[in-house]
Amino acid sequence: MDNIKVIEIKKSVFEDNEIDAENLRKELKAKGVYLLNLMSSPGAGKTTTLIRTINLIKDKLRVAVMEADIDSDVDAVKIKEATGIQSIQLHTGGMCHLDAEMTRQGIDNLDLAGVDLVILENVGNLVCPAEFDTGAARNAMILSVPEGDDKPLKYPLMFSVCDLVVINKIDVQPYFDFDIEKCKSYIKMRNPNAEVIPICAKTGQGVEALAEWLIRQVKLWKNQ
Amino acid sequence: MHELGIVFYIIRDVKQAAAEHGVSKVSGVVMDIGEVSTIVPEYLTDCWRWAADKEELLKGSELKINIIPAVTYCDECKSEYETVRHGRKCPRCGSERTWLLRGNEVEIKSIEVPETY
Repeated sequence: MDNIKVIEIKKSVFEDNEIDAENLRKELKAKGVYLLNLMSSPGAGKTTTLIRTINLIKDKLRVAVMEADIDSDVDAVKIKEATGIQSIQLHTGGMCHLDAEMTRQGIDNLDLAGVDLVILENVGNLVCPAEFDTGAARNAMILSVPEGDDKPLKYPLMFSVCDLVVINKIDVQPYFDFDIEKCKSYIKMRNPNAEVIPICAKTGQGVEALAEWLIRQVKLWKNQ
Repeated sequence: MHELGIVFYIIRDVKQAAAEHGVSKVSGVVMDIGEVSTIVPEYLTDCWRWAADKEELLKGSELKINIIPAVTYCDECKSEYETVRHGRKCPRCGSERTWLLRGNEVEIKSIEVPETY
């Protein structure tokens, strides 16, 4: 049998992605394009929330959307039809998340002329997307009422990487044991700086606060 | 559920390291995986078998996993405790001002190369 030679590597699997993400973040900053990475479970209402929000801000900001899914282009088509903005579909080829390299490929397929804000709708999943930095300026996530107020305890990483948590479907709160104050305290345990905005994307309740948050974020970031 | 994606990253890094060291065959890859890194070791080795056998460099190679036990540090009473057993709350003083010291690693520790290669 052959003798074995050992080569020490000692390298984090995420290291290359973190470098790619940092480079992408710098390039987008130089171009003045704010990238928001939006995450959630499947069915939390990402697409509906985006449509509502984009329709409120599209006169003030030039917005483009990248929809990431394992397959199909239903979301990209839906966004385009409902808002009229530039919207493209990214396929992850079976992967449960997007990394910085895949995000860059998406960005390269967008016409960035005059665009202020690109929203990346990540794959619906509370585990993997949190581990991979996409190169976004900020991370946001949507938690919907039927999922339960204990999710920040169960998926700590997701809540610790997000600057904003949108609580969606608050119209059905009476039918579920969902305590918003309790949920907020769990979120603060994971991330004391996270902002929380309760909305109902279906009726539009609270969506103005979300629109204002986005406009404020982009403005602050541009002046940094 | 993200183990296959992680395996692709490992393969990319191992290929790069092999090229840097002028190596054409790898028989083993040793990983340090933290206990609370959200990686399921059995899934990782299953995905490895499927993906590694498609690469000439890695065909038949073994993925060896060292589990790094998770340890949390308490800022209040300056002590360390087992994360998985006690969670976020310090078992000594009850404080929640605690943070993970280790146990989140997903690291390639080393690669093993047959000496004739």
